[in-house]
Amino acid sequence: MITLDRVTKAYGKGGRPALDDVSVNVDKGEFVFFIGPSGSGKSTFIKLLLKEEAPSRGKVVVAGRDLSHLRKWKVPQLRRSIGCVFQDFRLLPNKTAAENVGFALEVIGKPREVIRRVVPEVLQLVGLEGKEERRPDELSGGEQQRVAIARAFVNRPLVLLADEPTGNLDPDTSIEIMRLLDRINRTGTTVVMATHDSNIVNQMRRRVVELDRGRIVRDQARGVYG
Amino acid sequence: MRAKFVLSEVATGLFRNVTMTIAMVLTTAISLALLGAGGLIVTQVGKMKDLFYYRLEVSIFMKQDVTADQRDALRERLASDPLVANTVYENKEEAYSRFREQFKDSPELVQNVRPDALPESFRVKLVDPTKYELAAQRYAALPGVERVVDQRRILDRLFGILDTLRSGALVIALVQGVAALLLIGNTIQVAAYSRRREVAIMRLVGASNWYIQLPFVLEAALAGLVGAVLGWGALVVVKFAFVDRMLHSAFTGVIPTWEWTWLLYALPSLAGIAILLSGLAGWLTLRFQIKV
Repeated sequence: MITLDRVTKAYGKGGRPALDDVSVNVDKGEFVFFIGPSGSGKSTFIKLLLKEEAPSRGKVVVAGRDLSHLRKWKVPQLRRSIGCVFQDFRLLPNKTAAENVGFALEVIGKPREVIRRVVPEVLQLVGLEGKEERRPDELSGGEQQRVAIARAFVNRPLVLLADEPTGNLDPDTSIEIMRLLDRINRTGTTVVMATHDSNIVNQMRRRVVELDRGRIVRDQARGVYG
Repeated sequence: MRAKFVLSEVATGLFRNVTMTIAMVLTTAISLALLGAGGLIVTQVGKMKDLFYYRLEVSIFMKQDVTADQRDALRERLASDPLVANTVYENKEEAYSRFREQFKDSPELVQNVRPDALPESFRVKLVDPTKYELAAQRYAALPGVERVVDQRRILDRLFGILDTLRSGALVIALVQGVAALLLIGNTIQVAAYSRRREVAIMRLVGASNWYIQLPFVLEAALAGLVGAVLGWGALVVVKFAFVDRMLHSAFTGVIPTWEWTWLLYALPSLAGIAILLSGLAGWLTLRFQIKV
């Protein structure tokens, strides 16, 4: 599903590259943690998958698309097959939960009937039934992240990228969010999660890829934070 | 395509920063009105040239002491000259009565001119009015001729003034146009900034570029259109209140009519230019503003 082949990404000239000769492969349906301290290259990894950045060297393949040969106007197509969740939720403050999720469908041109049918379904899936009409400031952090996950998942992406999704949440809420991501993973969606939350990594016992200063220092099935 | 979504975005965009929108619309309007005025002067001058040049005459004024022989010789030469279309002779009495008619509003002037002070003349219509120089050379030196006057000289001075006005109007139109485009760019930047959250999410979930950019480009184009309509309205007011009411009553027959059809053609042209340029300015701003 995701393949990086000897990828190096350097920002500007000189200095240490953010990713240094990284090769990694993630299969369809896998759940992978990318761990490592700040500056180890996790965010750069996610940006490369979204083609927000292009690698300085090497090849990135996502869902069968070689991103170095992907035309600029086809980038939106790529992003429609990838769902994204962030530490800061990135919800629109003036829209309700349902509108936030619907917005993601609206702007890719989905018909109104589809939106009206699909949005309540996915909000129910993430456990927000009854809170569809609340705005982000009327929801707890965990609930806001559920809205964000619903928005990322509503278009049934092949890959779900989660960049520190529990970074702003307390431990109990974090575990609920992980259960939700696990459930999404069981539908066949590949989940890639960047984190430095050791509790969660240790509890989940999934594949762990550890980055340090732009290099992969460990790639372990059913790993722990270390 | 969700028309309602795009249109509501456009409306919000225009009302988000009303003062800037007004500035943008007014500059566009002034620019386009001046562009229209410049275009109008060009067409009017063209029409006036057509209208007058072929009506123009060359006047050959005789000396006070011209003899009958000299006059007859000149008349014969004119009759046999291939440059000359026709000739009208005007004697002193005719010249004086025409003078009295022309200046009947200033009786002091008429009183001070004796009937025999005005020279007799031949009014000559040329086959090709542009050949004036040739005619002047041919007749100015003949005995009994005081001087040869071409009315075109006088008109050329008028056209010179109109040409200057036209260039002035077009230069100001250009400067205002640049200002309008910069304002549009600025407005779009502000709009893009205030919608940066939405834009970020749209990019993230894979909205196509034109879907992201269309509301901004339409916002710019719509402002351009409103500016064009206002500028055109200014031209209509100028025609109705200034040209038709004042100029034409003062110079009946001198100034060719400014036809309404000209204004009818001007509206779509001005609107087209405005929509195209402002939309383009908005789109270019976005290209450098929103990275994909």
